[in-house]
Amino acid sequence: MASADTVTARTLPAVGGGRASAFLRRLAGKLGSLLLTLWLVTLLVFFSRFLVPGDPVRFLLRGRRPNPDAVAAVTAEYGLNLPPWQQYANWVVGMLHGDFGRSLQYRQPVATVIADRMPTTLMLVLISAVLIVVLGLAAGILAAVRRGKPADRITLIALTVLSAIPSFVGSIVLIAIFAVGLGWFPTFGSGQGLFDMAYHLTLPALALTIVFVVVVGKVTRSAMIEQYGREHVEVARSRGLSRGAVVRRHVFRNALRPIVTVGGPLIAGLLVATSIVESAFGISGIGNLLVQSVDRLDFPVVQAIVLLVVTAFLLVNAVIDILEPLIDPRSAAGASAR
Amino acid sequence: MIPTTALRVLRAPRIPRATATLWISVVVLLMFVIAAAGAPLLAPYSPDAVDFAAINAGPSPAHWLGTDNLGRDLLSRTMWGGRTALIGPLAVVIGSTVVGMLLGLAAGWRGGWVDSVLARLFDVLFAFPSLLIAIMAVALFGKGLVAPVIAMCIAYAPYVARLTRALVQAERTRPYVSAYRVQGFGGPWIALHRVMPNITPVVGAQSALNFGYVLAELAGLSFLGLGVQPPTPDWGAMINEAQAGIVSGAFLPAIVPAVAVVLAVVAVNIVGEEMSDRIGGEVPA
Repeated sequence: MASADTVTARTLPAVGGGRASAFLRRLAGKLGSLLLTLWLVTLLVFFSRFLVPGDPVRFLLRGRRPNPDAVAAVTAEYGLNLPPWQQYANWVVGMLHGDFGRSLQYRQPVATVIADRMPTTLMLVLISAVLIVVLGLAAGILAAVRRGKPADRITLIALTVLSAIPSFVGSIVLIAIFAVGLGWFPTFGSGQGLFDMAYHLTLPALALTIVFVVVVGKVTRSAMIEQYGREHVEVARSRGLSRGAVVRRHVFRNALRPIVTVGGPLIAGLLVATSIVESAFGISGIGNLLVQSVDRLDFPVVQAIVLLVVTAFLLVNAVIDILEPLIDPRSAAGASAR
Repeated sequence: MIPTTALRVLRAPRIPRATATLWISVVVLLMFVIAAAGAPLLAPYSPDAVDFAAINAGPSPAHWLGTDNLGRDLLSRTMWGGRTALIGPLAVVIGSTVVGMLLGLAAGWRGGWVDSVLARLFDVLFAFPSLLIAIMAVALFGKGLVAPVIAMCIAYAPYVARLTRALVQAERTRPYVSAYRVQGFGGPWIALHRVMPNITPVVGAQSALNFGYVLAELAGLSFLGLGVQPPTPDWGAMINEAQAGIVSGAFLPAIVPAVAVVLAVVAVNIVGEEMSDRIGGEVPA
């Protein structure tokens, strides 16, 4: 305590540099942690295959005729006669060079099979991400501003009901009403060209949005209501700021951090949920490919998609972690956002 | 026993009055349980009984909820389907609670390197969405309900463990733990016999909240054709089978099991949230 003055004096001149190096140190730490987790994930995804008892050749060739040629080809392709750790090393080195192995059902490189279907899924996820953010924030802000009033109650009830509608139920209801009943949208396929694709993907994106919009809506509401109870909001109000300004500058801005930290990681769930929505709407994307590959025992493709989804989740989380100080400078100091 | 009991009585929260919504949810839930458990006795038809005179029929005195594309009674199939739909999530909630509590207890009680290693393990598991783990389990071990249920126990355990760890850390510093230590009881014994019972209600209630999610996810897996296989009646599998009929206007075979899923999830969520509210809101972040 006695040395507080000297500490301040020593650190004051170097504030700028200190902050930058602290940021770099934080960045390095986060990246190291990300790489370690990614490495553990690859171990888990790769060695999961060894949990299946029996001959790996038979496992990879399930449902296919195990003639000697096929056995020899699979053994050579995956180096199944090598020790496991070497198989793993080859697999990781291959992936770093963009080689994810060969699909057993398409007889093409896994990377090609996935890349062909990527644009459709990205478009689908993008549309529904926009819907989730816009609708979720709107519902949450509305409920928080009118907290305790009928509008809040109705929003909450609507969110509770929506949260119980799984995406496959949402899909068939949307198809029944808007595609078959009213005939406004196609029931099947992903369309050609940008606009046709967006048109084909509208209903699927809505089906995908349902569950996630609830999460964003509820977090927004509770984070904002928490801010309303704080002194700084009282002060802002007593200064005579307009309601809109209070909401924008004092309530929503402070509530943004929990919204982002809860909302960002939803991306992984969104990517997996595409498997259900794409199957329901007959869209040829990554999710549908995952289901098909499980169905047709095409393990290399399953492995690659699992890794892709998990990596996407980890990257989004890392980016949010690193950018957090920009959203909320208080977190840079290492203090909790209280 | 005396100290914990006394503490629990002291901490017992004021029980709020039950609302109408809660009672409706409880009744709906009971109906589902009775219908599923008593399906062999109560269902008007066998789930596989085919009635060629009534294919894709609407509701009638003979078939209250209509029939599907093979003329099978939808009410009977939905009742039978409730069995797999409810048992799967129950197994996952129990399994993930047991595994998660043990891991969380180890992490929170021992701390140190055990805690660090487990924290890293949870970080890895958090990166796998539960449906993805279930799909991967099917890819490895084949279709059905067993592999996905075990996989989902692993997927949900980290959430339980994180909560348990936080609760155990708070509990570890309480005077009653020191009192047992002074009396010469061993650490693991105190943790398992004295700390566990104190945190079980809170953890259990939070974990029960996962029931609805797991129900939806397992039904989704069967909808994808990766879980329960037709002709076994299951809500997800029924919707899968009925999907082709939707385009030709036969909505009922898909809508009936879909409504069952939604009703069950809503009822479970309302009851679960009410339960966890009553048991105590002291859930550390």
